[in-house]
Amino acid sequence: MLGFSRTQAIAFLLMVALVVLCPFVLYPVFLMKVLCFALFACAFNLLIGYVGLLSFGHAAFFGMGSYLSAWAVKQWGVSAEIAILLGGLMGGSLGLVLGWLAIRRQGLYFAMITLALAQMVYFFCLQAPFTGGEDGIQQVPRGRLFGIISLDKDMSIYWVVAFVFLAGFLLIHRIVHSPFGQVLKAIRENEPRATSLGYRTDDYKLIAFVLSTTLAGIAGGTKALVFGIATLTDVHYSMSGEVVLMTLLGGLGTIFGPVVGALVVTAMENYLAQFGAWVTVTQGVIFMLCVLFFRKGLVGTIGGWFKLAL
Amino acid sequence: MFMIFGIPGPLLFGQLLLGLINGAFYAMLSLGLAVIFGMLNIINFAHGALFMMGAFVSWMLLEYLGIGYFPALILSPLIVGAFGFLLEKTVVSRLYKLDHIYGLLLTFGLALVVEGLFRNAYGSSGMPYRIPEAFQGATNLGFMFMPNYRGWVVVAAVVVCFATWAIIEKTSLGATLRAATENAPLVQAFGVNVPRLISVTYACGVALAAFAGVLAAPIYSVNPNMGSNFINTVFAVVVIGGMGSILGSIVTGFGLGIVEGLTKVFYPQASATVVFVVMVIVLLARPRGLFGKAA
Repeated sequence: MLGFSRTQAIAFLLMVALVVLCPFVLYPVFLMKVLCFALFACAFNLLIGYVGLLSFGHAAFFGMGSYLSAWAVKQWGVSAEIAILLGGLMGGSLGLVLGWLAIRRQGLYFAMITLALAQMVYFFCLQAPFTGGEDGIQQVPRGRLFGIISLDKDMSIYWVVAFVFLAGFLLIHRIVHSPFGQVLKAIRENEPRATSLGYRTDDYKLIAFVLSTTLAGIAGGTKALVFGIATLTDVHYSMSGEVVLMTLLGGLGTIFGPVVGALVVTAMENYLAQFGAWVTVTQGVIFMLCVLFFRKGLVGTIGGWFKLAL
Repeated sequence: MFMIFGIPGPLLFGQLLLGLINGAFYAMLSLGLAVIFGMLNIINFAHGALFMMGAFVSWMLLEYLGIGYFPALILSPLIVGAFGFLLEKTVVSRLYKLDHIYGLLLTFGLALVVEGLFRNAYGSSGMPYRIPEAFQGATNLGFMFMPNYRGWVVVAAVVVCFATWAIIEKTSLGATLRAATENAPLVQAFGVNVPRLISVTYACGVALAAFAGVLAAPIYSVNPNMGSNFINTVFAVVVIGGMGSILGSIVTGFGLGIVEGLTKVFYPQASATVVFVVMVIVLLARPRGLFGKAA
């Protein structure tokens, strides 16, 4: 089924069940935050986990997506689904330009270039008139789905967010298990060899980059609608660091890892928010522990115990 | 008042000096990154945090122990360098056999920890650090007034950068270092303690960042974010220059500072982004960087 193994299919159904049932038990706004970040992390994982590209500038696509969605709903009065798609379009087109520049270098340089390009986007957002500078775009209405259904109630917009997340998740899974995805993995394992087999690796990398940034933009746009605000926080490089942390903690190159990572990191931020900068310290410590001892992440480690690819 | 390209001379030279000062910090930081990268093959993301730590240690020495600027200029790099030495021995050295990105991720986490701890202890607003007595006031250079401290920063940075270059390129220690960068097992076979050499290199790179931090303390207020404000630009500088050459890092650092200063005069809106724009142009024209070797 969709390239899922049996265990993965069971895990996926379990995840769908949780996504459907949790809002009746837990605070839906918190869950929506988790789902937006989970999609963002899955999109990031598509690059690091399957192409081996560490982008340290994914906040640029997430943040710009959220700006455009917020602007579209607030100023143009478009319906919610159009706003979210515009967020994706923003992420994708920005990804096309920045990715085209960044794939000229490999490895660590790629990470530094994406970081620097994202910093350029950040400074642009700081000065550009439409972002509202330090204030951001505030009081964004949630809009109406297809122009009809009001999304003002948390539970109504929850289903939209859940649908966006699950659709994005399945899309990524489909991409990874397509022939295209196999080539991506070949590039990750040995790029010169993939080249010698006749694949234009730069094209593959760029397409994967654009797919990833499109989904990051969609995640950002969805988050902007849920919270009714788009700010500089979303384009700041610490957001890029956070998505790296989520993916690393969950497990690089695992299907469910980024989702688990997003859940843990978001929950941690919620509970530690009152302790101020200790959030940063905790995140840093988790980063170091993951790199030193848990390079497979939570899902990768647990999957390893049962010899399952999750 | 004389004019140059329709710009008042003092304004132009003032911004040039500011650019030169920023450039001095870019040069010192990117130099440290290049030295560490050459030997350890990791990008030290914690470089900005350690730069900040250098500034904070000098502030703490003054505040708690009454130790002034000039001893701090030596002590602070020693203390932070020792911290770096310990870090390399305990944590960083575990990563050499892994993919290089893990070094980046680890040092990123380290930067978060260091910055978070300082933010907890001292808040986000800055702490002032008085300009030392010897460098107060300004000198009339004929075409502009130069604050003495700023002149000192440029001179000190140039001296330290070229001393580093000379040590690496002209001494036998530097020759060993360069050889170990090329082929560590072979150098080890000649009886050189390569792991020790690696630790010392990391410590020296870190000490260089701390030295820059002490120089920066009286200019920028001492605050936990001062490193991260710099480090992103420094990464762009490193991409522009390429990390293959020591002299390249120095020239690129100073050069980009000057470019930034000039942009502030002629088109202020772009001054924050100009370094990144230069990076884009370099990536298009010469992807390996101005001084980078072909892959």
